[in-house]
Parts: sequence; C-alpha cells; structure tokens
Amino acid sequence: MEKKLLSEHYHKKEYHTLAGYKSFGGYKDLESAFSKRPEEIVQMVKDSGLRGRGGAGFPTGVKWGFLPDNSEPRYLLCNADEGEPGTFKDRLIMEKAPHQLIEGMLISAWGIQSHKSYIYIRGEYQNCIHVMEEAIKEAYSAGYLGKNICGSDFQHDMDIYIGAGAYICGEETGMISSLEGKKGQPKLKPPFPAVKGYLEKPTIVNNVETLAAVVPIIRDGVEAFRSIGTEKSPGTKFFSVSGCVKKPGNYEVPLGYPLMDLIELAGGLREGRKLKAVIPGGTSAPVLTAEECEKADMDFESLSDLGSMLGSGAVIVMDDSCSMVDMLSVIENFYHHESCGQCTPCREGTGWLSKVINNILKGQGRIQDLNLIQGISENMMGRTICALSDAAALPAISFVTKFREEFETHIRETLAQRKSGALSA
Amino acid sequence: MSKSQKDFKLSEEGLAFVKKELTRYETKRSAILPCVYRVQKENGGWVSPEAVSYLSKIMDIPTAYINEVLSFYTMYNKSPVGKLHIQVCCNLSCAMNGGRELAEHLCESFNVKEGEVSANDEVTISRVECLGACDIAPMAQVNDKYIGPLKKETVVEEMKTLLEEK
Repeated sequence: MEKKLLSEHYHKKEYHTLAGYKSFGGYKDLESAFSKRPEEIVQMVKDSGLRGRGGAGFPTGVKWGFLPDNSEPRYLLCNADEGEPGTFKDRLIMEKAPHQLIEGMLISAWGIQSHKSYIYIRGEYQNCIHVMEEAIKEAYSAGYLGKNICGSDFQHDMDIYIGAGAYICGEETGMISSLEGKKGQPKLKPPFPAVKGYLEKPTIVNNVETLAAVVPIIRDGVEAFRSIGTEKSPGTKFFSVSGCVKKPGNYEVPLGYPLMDLIELAGGLREGRKLKAVIPGGTSAPVLTAEECEKADMDFESLSDLGSMLGSGAVIVMDDSCSMVDMLSVIENFYHHESCGQCTPCREGTGWLSKVINNILKGQGRIQDLNLIQGISENMMGRTICALSDAAALPAISFVTKFREEFETHIRETLAQRKSGALSA
Repeated sequence: MSKSQKDFKLSEEGLAFVKKELTRYETKRSAILPCVYRVQKENGGWVSPEAVSYLSKIMDIPTAYINEVLSFYTMYNKSPVGKLHIQVCCNLSCAMNGGRELAEHLCESFNVKEGEVSANDEVTISRVECLGACDIAPMAQVNDKYIGPLKKETVVEEMKTLLEEK
C-alpha cells in the first residue's frame, strides 16, 4: 500500500468526531506547533514545497509570505467551494476528517498570526456543512478554538460561510466578493488577497486539502514530507477519479504516480472498453490522448510537460464509447453558464464556443468552424480578470486539435445525413 | 401560491435567525446570502419579489443588494418549485453515465418540462452542473440530499417514495 498522509484513518467510523480524531493522535500537532514560533511554521511550510491543492499549484508558504508585516486583522479563508467539474475530494476530507481540516487551519493560523477564519463551503454540500458545524462546536468546547487555545495566548475564531451555487466563487477573489455578501465576481489583481482581501484586509485563501496537508508537515517534518512525491511536487495528493472506470472514487497517492496505475486503482476500464482520453485535472485542464496517458505521471511538472495540468486532481476517464464532440459541448456549456459576465472576452467567448460546438453536435457544423473555435479560444486567453476564460479556451483548443479527425468526421457524416434527409436541419 | 406572497413573513425562529446573522459577520451585508436561504426555506422553496421587499425591510438593507445576490446564484429559485426539487447533474462524468437521459426520463414520467412544476406541485426537475459527487454518477440532488448512482429502471419509483414521505 502507498503511504497515506491524510486518509490513513478515514475508514474508521468515529474519525469525524473529536474523540475519534484524538484517539489517532489528533490535535497533538497543534500542540507541538505552539512550541514553535510562527515564523518557524511558515518556514516549514515553505521548505516542505507544499503546493496549493485547489488548482493553481502555487507554493503555499510563498503565498503566506506575501502578507504585509504586522498587518491586523488578517483573515484565513478556507476554499471549500469545490466546483471544478470532476472534483470531489474536499467533500471527502470534510465529511471524514473535519477535525483534520480544523487542526490544519489552526496550525496555519498560528503561522500567519490570523485570529479569524472562514470556511467557505458550497451550498450544495449540505452534509459537509452539517459535519463541519458539529466539529467546530466540538473544537470550541474542547478549547481548540476561542481564547487561550491549548493553554497558549493564542486566540482564533472560526466560522462557516455557505455559498449559493456559483462556480466562480471558487476563484479566490470571487470567493471574497461572495463572503462580503455580493455577487461572486472576481477582482482585479494586484492587489492580491494577501495584501487586500476580505473587506480589503490581508487574507490568505487556501484550499481544504492544502490546509489539511499542513498537519503531516508539522507531524513528520519537512524531510519526511519531501521524501514522498517528486522534487518539485512533494507529498501526496487526492485524485478524484471518475467517468468510465469501474471504481470511481478518491485515491490518495504520492504525487508523480503514473496515470495508468491510478486508473487501475480505480478499477480500470469497463469490460471490452478501450481508453480514449483522460482529463487529468478537472475540465479546465487540456485533454490527454490515450497515447499521452501512457507517459503521464500525476505531478505538476509531468502534466505541464504534456501541455496539460494537474489542476484540482480531478481525473475524468473517457473510453471509446464517448463522443469527443459531445464531451466538449458539455464542457463549453458549463463555462458559458458559469461566466460571471464582467469581462467581454469571457462573457462573449464562452457563448460563442458553446454555440459553435452545439451546432457541430447537432449536425449544423462546417469544417471551418474548427478553425473558428481555435481562433475564439486564442482570443479568450490572458485577457480577463480571472482564469475562467482560459479554463474554457484550453479544453476547446486541446479537443479540436487532438481529436480533429473525429470532429471532421462528425461534421462530414452529419452533413451527409442532413442532405439525405436522415437528419432534420 | 403567488397570491399569498404579499403576506409572506418569517417565523419567529426565522426572525431570530436573521437577527443573529446580521451580527455574525464583520459586515451586515454578508448576512444577505444566509438570510435569502432562510426565506427560500420558509417560502416553500423559492424567493418572490415580495419576500425580497420584506427581507429588505427587516434587514434594513436595500433591495438592490438583495436582488444582486438573488439573481447571481443558482441555488436561489426565482420561481416556485415542486415539493421535490430533483436537480439532476448533467456535467461530464454524470453525462457519460446517463445523467442527461435520466433527466429526460424523469421529465417524461412526471409529465413536466424542465424547470417547471408538475401537477399538484409535486416535482420540479432541473439539470444542474457538477455537484461534486462524480463517485456516485449519475446522481441528483433531491431537495438537500445527494442520491446516486441512479438507475433509469428504478429512479421514478425512488422519487415517488420520497414524494410520499413529504
């Protein structure tokens, strides 16, 4: 079995309760964190090489380092708005190990000297919300939250904020707008949230899995953490494997784990099916062909070398029963639906992409539409406040480039059907 | 249903909830999202313009701020929904496992168009984007609960049972 840093005890029945969590050594690392100076904690996280598990893969310790000195108040905001299609790992962490998240947040809060944190949970995750609320209550009554935590001088308050259904709120500045009680539109950066975030105060936004991963760094030390995974992608990572596999689910493996082995862990493909493509990091990540999958390792560098990305760790497996035209239309309809509308290239571009691809799907496409898709996508990248526009453009380019033949065949065959009257216009 | 909207009022507990939320966060405005939820919950699953005016008064927050939130987020229903709100995920992993066909099958079986309310206010069926539960694809959120993997053969019976429990 692979070493599991987070999920070793997730199968234990009472692990989500305070007593259950403590019976496996829970909150010991918080106590040991208090014996270290806050700067030491930040340095440990920096040295561990931990990279954000929400999608961008930015080094966590470096992000923390952007906080201006001695600024007060400073907020810690946990991103639990898990919305990248295919991703369901943060739900697992919150449901199975809410105290692990709280402990990770408290160690982080001590490190960055924050006295107030929010966990922003997507509104659909009713069960997570319930479990986290209970866990926070337990933590308050056991003295892990509030004043004089573990007998120290440190004070920290934690609360939950419930989202209301908007993919864009997973973007950190969109999340901040939402937490402020507004529509979740992202804000122009710089200033970055670490300088001007929630209510224009310094705010660190970290993903659930990132904050939970702080616990094993403090527990086992930097060297132990770095000994797992690859040099530039240390540690383990949850991968949410879904689609055309026999055992869809979350799998915690060391970063750098071969993609094909991961698919095997998830039960492999269904009988008689052949691998066609994999989206390795949520629908924003460019698709990999079956051939590329053979070479892919699940770490930041390997996937970037293949022109894709690790993203949130959502591995969506497609077998030969999947139509790539159909799959791309699902993806682009999603981004069109979720564009917040404030930047023209995104608002208009996602609409165009979805229209052109839906037309192709319905049998009203032209071969030159494939170049149109490419052109629209290129004009959508790097021109907007947040990354949603790029997230819509990248899969479009990768699908029509890597599976161009299939798109062309679809266009030609549906055109022929239409001419013969088999397909109504 | 709509004629009673003029008289919409929160329950005693609802009013206490709003009062608490107004001081829970650093600014009053942050209380809008949870309070709109509360209104939806107490108003049979949707938020009417009249309920927005009412909320604006008791929160002392302009209706423009409340409407900004109401219109932006998809979990707020701007029109009535059935007793059972079946939100079928039709994003990638659910789509490849039959989510879209399930939504269609449910609409046909309950004789209702997507997003509308079926006879006797029974069900509303909507297609939604990824709910973060691709491990149980194809799945749906039925009121507050996640259910999956759903099977075409049994889904209608399952929903009828849930409806009877309502």
